[in-house]
Amino acid sequence: MRLIGHVAVNVFKESVRDKILYNLVAFAVLLIAVSYLLGQLTAGQDIKIIKDLGLAAIASFGRLIAVFIGIGLVWKEIERRSIYSLLSKPIRRHEFLLGKYAGLALTLFVNVAVMTAAFYTLLAYLNTQFPEAVRASWPAPATDPGMLRAIALIFLELLLITAVALFFSTFSSPFLSAALTCGLWVIGHFNSDLQSFETVVDSPAAAYLARALYYVLPNFAAFDIKAQAVYALPVPGFYMVVTSAYAFVYIALLLTTAAVIFSKRDFK
Amino acid sequence: MEAIRTEVLTKHYNVGFWRPRPYVALEALTLHVRQGEVFGFLGPNGAGKTTTLKLLMQLTFPTSGHAEILGRPVGDVAVKRRIGYLPEDPYFYDYLTAEELLQYLAGLFGYSTAECRRRVASLLDDVGIGAERRLQLRKFSKGMLQRVGIAQAIINDPEVVFFDEPMSGLDPLGRREIRELILRLRDRGCTVFFCSHVLSDAEALCSRVAILAGGRLAAEGELSEMLVFQARAWEVVVAGLTDTVLERVTAAGHVVRATPLGAERYALELPLSVTLDRVVADLAAQGAQLVSINPVRETLEEFFVRQIGAAPRDRGLEPLAR
Repeated sequence: MRLIGHVAVNVFKESVRDKILYNLVAFAVLLIAVSYLLGQLTAGQDIKIIKDLGLAAIASFGRLIAVFIGIGLVWKEIERRSIYSLLSKPIRRHEFLLGKYAGLALTLFVNVAVMTAAFYTLLAYLNTQFPEAVRASWPAPATDPGMLRAIALIFLELLLITAVALFFSTFSSPFLSAALTCGLWVIGHFNSDLQSFETVVDSPAAAYLARALYYVLPNFAAFDIKAQAVYALPVPGFYMVVTSAYAFVYIALLLTTAAVIFSKRDFK
Repeated sequence: MEAIRTEVLTKHYNVGFWRPRPYVALEALTLHVRQGEVFGFLGPNGAGKTTTLKLLMQLTFPTSGHAEILGRPVGDVAVKRRIGYLPEDPYFYDYLTAEELLQYLAGLFGYSTAECRRRVASLLDDVGIGAERRLQLRKFSKGMLQRVGIAQAIINDPEVVFFDEPMSGLDPLGRREIRELILRLRDRGCTVFFCSHVLSDAEALCSRVAILAGGRLAAEGELSEMLVFQARAWEVVVAGLTDTVLERVTAAGHVVRATPLGAERYALELPLSVTLDRVVADLAAQGAQLVSINPVRETLEEFFVRQIGAAPRDRGLEPLAR
């Protein structure tokens, strides 16, 4: 456990110094600012647009970091052969892999936290710019803490995407890993359609296949509660618990499989 | 207990995507390295040296055979605590400084922060990295990275250290410093497994060598014995040898080469087949004075070239090109 933490801290340190990461955070902050400008054009509806765009920006920039840093986590170490020195030290391969994952999870957590802080700061500022009558017409206060639930699920989605990217990168090239991760993410967003596929096809084989895929592929749509957050619709605590448990089980399965593959890999 | 032991260690790779064919990277390598010696592992590029090191570091897994370090199987975490490894052309994290990298790697051994700092400061001094230690590694030259690589390999005071081309990228001064460092490691009882194709370094540092060619062991033994028994001629230095006498001796077929050393002073190279006493007596009878007689030993380079030349070249279990 100590070694996993040690590797994770190093991944975080490297990521923080990598200018790409700063740029992504800057872009996210910029997007939130743009959403504010857009809101100026739509009187009365601006706060909902800003909330919607803000949450979407946190999710999108988080996904970019998760995919593109995630696929490079192991690949870069192998390609540049820094892994040779590292694995000759008293660390097991699975500890190295889990350390890499934990490091990126920490980086994502800090990024999401920074973006969330910027987002709430913007909303708090906007709250002071509107008269009481306008504020009363909003479905929820500008700085509604209920949105933190949506952000928490975004973070879990990012952890799952990172696990998927890391899993693919243990046995394929970065390009293929990125393509497979993005492909899985897209399919995962339409996962619920696979469940009802049998109602639109006649072929039983296709229906079985769709149902099998529904159970095997990650259901990314489950993590998207942005609309509920923006319109202050209730999200049951049970839903949060089940979705979180689903994410953790899926991540554990992916990381275990990745560790098994990685521990048998030849570094040529 | 031997420091390193490999028994018929073999590694085959499959090459090609559509029709994979086996390629012999290493074939039945049996090697015993004693504790406390500097062992030279020599061979041309592609001979299988790096493959052997990767197998010993368990970066790749053998097709067959097995290997042990300090009496335990390779890959054992307890063994990894007692060894060090410098890979060929080491590369590290761009955005870490040399100090941070070494503290990170030292931390994997479980040392306290204070102990990590102490070791890192001392090691960076040893490998000749001064103020640059606070620069990010992406700003380092190849030679500087090599020094960092050597430092990380010995950060745990290893009992056995594996160096893959340690002199690569170093200037003459750097090579001398690292040579001295290796000798210091030997003096304190560390076994050094030294992988190189630079023979002068091996000749200066190693007590025993193994020569690898085409993935197979071509020769192994004490360096001094390997070369002493390979005397290929006699060198006779004589004074008072006039041109007339030299011509006569040469015409008799006794002299392979005559190198002038000064006025009427020559180094004569005679084949091993001559009866040395007779030639020396002839020279003396014609007024030349004998200064010295020495066997001309084969250099490591000549020995190496001969061994490589004799090694089988086919690396495929099946012919690679059909």
